[in-house]
Amino acid sequence: MALISDGRFIEDAWRRLADEEALPKSGKFIVSLPRLEHAVEVLGPTATFGVIVPNTTEPSALIAALPRLDLISIAFPAFADGRGFSLARLLRRAQFKGELRASGRLVADQYPHAIGCGFDTIEIPDDLADRQDEEQWRAALNAYSMSYQRGYAGRGSILEARRKAVRS
Amino acid sequence: MPVFKHPQILIASNLTDGEVVFLGSSGWERDHRRARVARKAEEATALEALGKRDISANHVVDVYLADVEIGSDGAPTPLHYREKMRVKGPSVRLDLGKQAGEGAL
Amino acid sequence: MTAVDLRVAQRPNAPMTTYRYDEYDAAFVSERVAEFREQVNRRLSGALTEEEFRPFRLMNGLYLQLHAYMLRVAIPYGTLTARQMRRLADIADKWDKGYGHFTTRQNLQYNWPKLVDTPDILESLADVEMHAIQTSGNCIRNVTADHFAGVAPDEIEDPRPTAEFLRQWSSLHSEFSFLPRKFKIAVTGAEHDRAAILVHDIGLRIVKNDEGEIGYQVVVGGGLGRSPFIGKVVGDFVPREDLLAFLEAILRVYNRFGRRDNKYKARVKILVHEKGIDEIRAAVEAEFAAMDRSVFAHDPEEFERIAAFFAPPPYESLPATSALLRAAKLETPAFANFVDVNVGAHKIPGYAIVTVSLKPIGGVPGDATSDQMRVLADASERFGFGELRVSHEQNIILPHVRQDDLFALWSMLDAASLATANAGLVSDIISCPGLDYCSLATARSIPIAQAISKRFSDMSRQRRIGKLGVKISGCINACGHHHVGAIGILGLEKKGQESYQITLGGDPTFSASIGEILGPGVTAEQVPDVVEHLVDYYLAEREEGEAFIDTWRRIGHARFKDVLRREGEDGADI
Ligand code: HEM
Ligand code: SF4
Repeated sequence: MALISDGRFIEDAWRRLADEEALPKSGKFIVSLPRLEHAVEVLGPTATFGVIVPNTTEPSALIAALPRLDLISIAFPAFADGRGFSLARLLRRAQFKGELRASGRLVADQYPHAIGCGFDTIEIPDDLADRQDEEQWRAALNAYSMSYQRGYAGRGSILEARRKAVRS
Repeated sequence: MPVFKHPQILIASNLTDGEVVFLGSSGWERDHRRARVARKAEEATALEALGKRDISANHVVDVYLADVEIGSDGAPTPLHYREKMRVKGPSVRLDLGKQAGEGAL
Repeated sequence: MTAVDLRVAQRPNAPMTTYRYDEYDAAFVSERVAEFREQVNRRLSGALTEEEFRPFRLMNGLYLQLHAYMLRVAIPYGTLTARQMRRLADIADKWDKGYGHFTTRQNLQYNWPKLVDTPDILESLADVEMHAIQTSGNCIRNVTADHFAGVAPDEIEDPRPTAEFLRQWSSLHSEFSFLPRKFKIAVTGAEHDRAAILVHDIGLRIVKNDEGEIGYQVVVGGGLGRSPFIGKVVGDFVPREDLLAFLEAILRVYNRFGRRDNKYKARVKILVHEKGIDEIRAAVEAEFAAMDRSVFAHDPEEFERIAAFFAPPPYESLPATSALLRAAKLETPAFANFVDVNVGAHKIPGYAIVTVSLKPIGGVPGDATSDQMRVLADASERFGFGELRVSHEQNIILPHVRQDDLFALWSMLDAASLATANAGLVSDIISCPGLDYCSLATARSIPIAQAISKRFSDMSRQRRIGKLGVKISGCINACGHHHVGAIGILGLEKKGQESYQITLGGDPTFSASIGEILGPGVTAEQVPDVVEHLVDYYLAEREEGEAFIDTWRRIGHARFKDVLRREGEDGADI
């Protein structure tokens, strides 16, 4: 897997735990959703962990754990399946402040969408990273200077800019 | 695997201009009469493999086998009315498409 | 002074009757062109596979069809300036084959562009403030509106500022560009629905409440395709300041819960049908309540800024009726017929709305040559403030013509074979491209339209028959609206042959209904005979003032079925 952050391929500081692996004492690790409740229960307040969830997860299923989570990774089963974008929005609305990661076969052209919905990082399989290099991800990130929506992260809002122009 | 009933040719669309093309004995042809004809299931499979190769090479898209009949001149003609349309052009604009000498026909 | 004012000031001759880009819009569209150019390059280099490229080319209106690529250009809310129409003609000549096809969703389709040329075409469009953004793909599509917007006497408010507001909001939406399926929105502000809002994913009807405030009735889950549904009301009165938030709530519910396991069940109409409108309404209301609405809080200034572009043109003050017109009608019967059939009432005295039919007898419905497009552009400049509209009936509208000028306009149109006097009549047929162009088709539809049109080529007979919507689709996707045709025709494949299923009683307006099947499929040759029998039966049965659909509703489907059965037994060739 390759990890993209701020338009660059970076080393992943997180480790995805297999379900049969015991919870480690230290380090940054990611558990599956079925293990989350148990992890929250047994891990001390200093543990740094995250969870990977399907894109069909109800945000309410994560609410209790949110303050403990440093990372939520949302799986994208197919790049054209946009449910993860809405889930990301809802988690940000629920005040999740940690790293939000999109994990799956996303293509570079979706980068601004992901950023807009609140994702920080994108995790893609290596074969995809071979075809779509860092430059393509960076280009996608900078493809648009502004957006027509308001309240989405990343680029500035055209609506806001116009509002300022009118009111000044 | 579908039963092999009729001879078949491999049809595709050319990536850069979208024109309908047919796999011939030395590459893609714009004239269906120059298409290579598969007369056995194995030959059809071989055509498909070549099609897959050229999809990967980004030459063609939307590749599939079409049933044909062989005329007295030995040239293939598609059996289904959809592919009959594709080798000619729109039936409501006889001045356009392969039937009008555009492309290679 | 804002940036907007500056741009308009630079173009003193530009008519103000449609939205003009400001620097942000212009930058956005040119960034979109640059992005697409890169996407095409990456496709050619293999960085993008066809599977990955497809959604991105579709989101820019580029399809792969039977003979070539097809590019669908948006004509937002159907409004075009003369300059834009000329550009469409120039593009047809330079990169296509000298014509274009106007569609039911206020788009123009080019049938022969090369993939490698499309970035240049888009650049040329951007130059006249046009684009192909979201004319296809699983995103929010080109927002359509009543083609008589701003000029219809029955209007509460011009729907185009709303449509433009939504066009911008939906453009490259971060969250809603990878929906389960396409999403179509239509807006009307009139008492009569000319935008078919009940068969859209979302239909918006501008309404006034008892306090005289403007708001929106929001209808969700209509659609045609293989399972047609009439939309249901999800919000009775949504105030303008809540519109975006409310739509966002609907889209979020749909994005999360719409089916993705089967693309034929992925439209919001299926979600509404399976869950029931009450459950959907509850989910939308809950989402709406949970949103921080201050983020969406619509600024009245922004709406006003947009609305100002749609201000009425500088009309003259004229008498309500024109003596010139009356005289010309008496003198030239062909002109009189044109006026009676294709000219409608305008809200301003002395003006008229003219429908230019793109349905000449035996022609291809919706097609216009580049020369005809130029004639239309010229005509609009001479006689109509340089403004044109595209209707969902695939015709062109000149929305403000002085009654005094009608004869001169008609003469000009007539010389360009654009004066067919059949608006709304049996030969004003809506037809999708069908198997002549479309890769999804199961049968041809254009030749069927041509055959029916020729069968009824006697124009006085057409006028006697009166209003009759014939609509033809070349497959179950229903792009030709056959479900809502008073006579609908659906092309299918039966035993390796083209076969046509006929339905009766469809209606796209506020009294919407889905047509009922008449009987077993018939061959292409039989279709005109069947239509003729149905029409003759209606003529025999109709009461004073009844249109085809009214008679059908009064006497019932069974009677029409019987006619065909009887004719069949008599040995008639159907
Ligand atoms: C030529 C290429 C075209 C293709 C490949 C195509 C594809 C489709 C498909 C797949 C559907 C069904 C969607 C669904 O039920 O989920 C559909 C519906 C529709 N299309 Fe097209 N279409 C084409 C051309 C057109 C044209 C020319 C028009 C306008 C004249 C049009 C307007 C519509 C409309 C109004 C519907 C039905 C409304 C609805 O979305 O439910 N399409 N199209
Ligand atoms: S109805 Fe079918 S044949 Fe006609 S344009 Fe739509 S998809 Fe093509």
